[in-house]
Amino acid sequence: MSWQVHLPALLIAVPLLGAFLAPLTALGGKGLRNTWFVLVSLAFTLIAFLLWARVGAFGTAVYVMGGQSWNLALPSGMEVPVRILMEVDAFSAFMVLLSAVAALAGAIFSVTYMDRFSGLEKFVALYFLMVAGMFGMEITGDFFNFFVFLEISSVASFGLVAFWRDRGEALEAAFKYMLVSTLGALMVLVAVAFLYSKYNVVNMAALGKVIEWGMVEKTSLVLFLTALAMKCGAVPMHMWMPDAYAEAPAGVTCALIAVSQASLYGLFRVTYTIFGAFMGSPIIPWVIIVLGVLSMFIGVSMAVIQKEVGRLIAYHSVSQVGYMLLGFGVGLLALSDARAMADYGFTALKGGVYHIVNYTMYKGLLFLSAGALFYATGCRNLNDMGGLGRKMPKTMGLFMIAAAAIAGLPPFNGFVSKLFLYESSFAVHPVLAVFAMVTSVLTLASFVKIFQTAFLGPALKKFDNVREVPGAMLLGMSVLGVAILLLSLFPTWSVNHLVEPAAKALVDQASYIGAVFAATVPGGGL
Amino acid sequence: MTGNFPYLVVGILFVIGFVGLIFEKNLVKIAIAVSVVEAATNLFIITLGYRSGGSIPVWTMAGSGSSRMVLPTPQALTLTAIVIGLATTALLLSFVMTIYRHYGSLDVRDIRRLRG
Repeated sequence: MSWQVHLPALLIAVPLLGAFLAPLTALGGKGLRNTWFVLVSLAFTLIAFLLWARVGAFGTAVYVMGGQSWNLALPSGMEVPVRILMEVDAFSAFMVLLSAVAALAGAIFSVTYMDRFSGLEKFVALYFLMVAGMFGMEITGDFFNFFVFLEISSVASFGLVAFWRDRGEALEAAFKYMLVSTLGALMVLVAVAFLYSKYNVVNMAALGKVIEWGMVEKTSLVLFLTALAMKCGAVPMHMWMPDAYAEAPAGVTCALIAVSQASLYGLFRVTYTIFGAFMGSPIIPWVIIVLGVLSMFIGVSMAVIQKEVGRLIAYHSVSQVGYMLLGFGVGLLALSDARAMADYGFTALKGGVYHIVNYTMYKGLLFLSAGALFYATGCRNLNDMGGLGRKMPKTMGLFMIAAAAIAGLPPFNGFVSKLFLYESSFAVHPVLAVFAMVTSVLTLASFVKIFQTAFLGPALKKFDNVREVPGAMLLGMSVLGVAILLLSLFPTWSVNHLVEPAAKALVDQASYIGAVFAATVPGGGL
Repeated sequence: MTGNFPYLVVGILFVIGFVGLIFEKNLVKIAIAVSVVEAATNLFIITLGYRSGGSIPVWTMAGSGSSRMVLPTPQALTLTAIVIGLATTALLLSFVMTIYRHYGSLDVRDIRRLRG
């Protein structure tokens, strides 16, 4: 067995080590702490990449913590996976890779962005804890650990949102976020308990194998859906999202986006892998689709009227999450019907999966450039800005890339994923595609507004001293900028190698379940 | 019938907590409501793990009834959930404290600088 077998464990261990040693590195001064911050981030990005490559080459990786296999036969003859299991299929590996890139960009950006503030060793520790929780949610093989990692990443992110605790608004945002998150997490726990009450297992693969369709499962599914939709900011419970995203330091927001994507991942793991084709009725898929359409439309209409850069971009997060819910909802609708799946379901899924990576990259970049504007000018309000394009040409260039991508202008990656979504949702109902397109137009409108007010126009007297942001911040932004450009320039490669394996893994319920049960051969830990 | 009483208590507690979370105006009361929901959840899992006549899942202490040991999973889950609940409650209360310093009020109607 090569050392690469242990990649799933390392993926969580490295950020945890980073978190616990961060306060110690502060003893060595600023330089050591910053080096540690960037080095650990590079390390987990590398691990995430290796894991992704390994899963691509060898198929689903199952890792049993502290043992060769999960095998446990009780005296009663009952066989259940009881150990702590990590299961990384192509979809998990894909999520891990893009979250790692977003977290790396946020970390590099934060090194200079947060330089003016004290208490940074705690910032670094919380940042890594949040990242560890996020990775844990994406690779765990059982539901209870999903809840634990959800709480780890949530509690760490509450602290990070409220990091500027001299601002009442930041505390207010963190409190709101915390109420929604804690309630969501408890609902996840109740849902897990419902499933446990019937099947006596919390392992995802074991549940997927035995699950039936009854009252207990319905209750549990509804609880999961409500809780995870709350956590990823779908419309009826979206109000925490603009507050938390706009008030958190920009580098943190960049990673927070990836954290909310992890909740979305949980939602799709539950609906596709656990229930999958067992789900007899089209009600749940339609609920997801309607939530998606509402999020898209309400999110974007709230965004257009905002005056604060951070809040404007944050409202777009609500509408972008709507696109993903639409794609996955349509895919779920077609899941039990092979012909519909081939017709439009798989296209919708590809669109949804592709939109996850696109969204994480361009939305992260947008928040980082909003942070750069705040760093350089000290302003949050669009009405106070103007003519900054002359002073900050590089930030403007990166902002342009991200804005073009989110608006879905043709050469950019946002266009490809949105096209998939338009095509497939049109096949279900034309109204869905109309909503998606109107949202896209309004998105473009609001980014033209930011671009025009902040960067164009005559140079303002009060911004005479404004200079381009320091190199480390530009580097952090460039990580995401380059990722967007690569995704845009090689759409065929990214669809074939990045998106399709992930979408296939999501619909292939049998292989996710089989991978765990095949791993019981003695010595066959992987 | 009496065996279902614990579930009834769980349901009532959950609803009390949930209603408190939505309708209370005082931040401390909201924090209490969250704790009540937490308690309901923990009680739910513990109740699920109860088997009448079962013994604790430790070989040396189980005695002759060892053929009827309960599965230890719910206890382990609840312990973890209690620890997490403690951490969230502590953080929630410290937020309440710092919010009071900034706004001079604990009423949610006064804490509304972020809207729209």
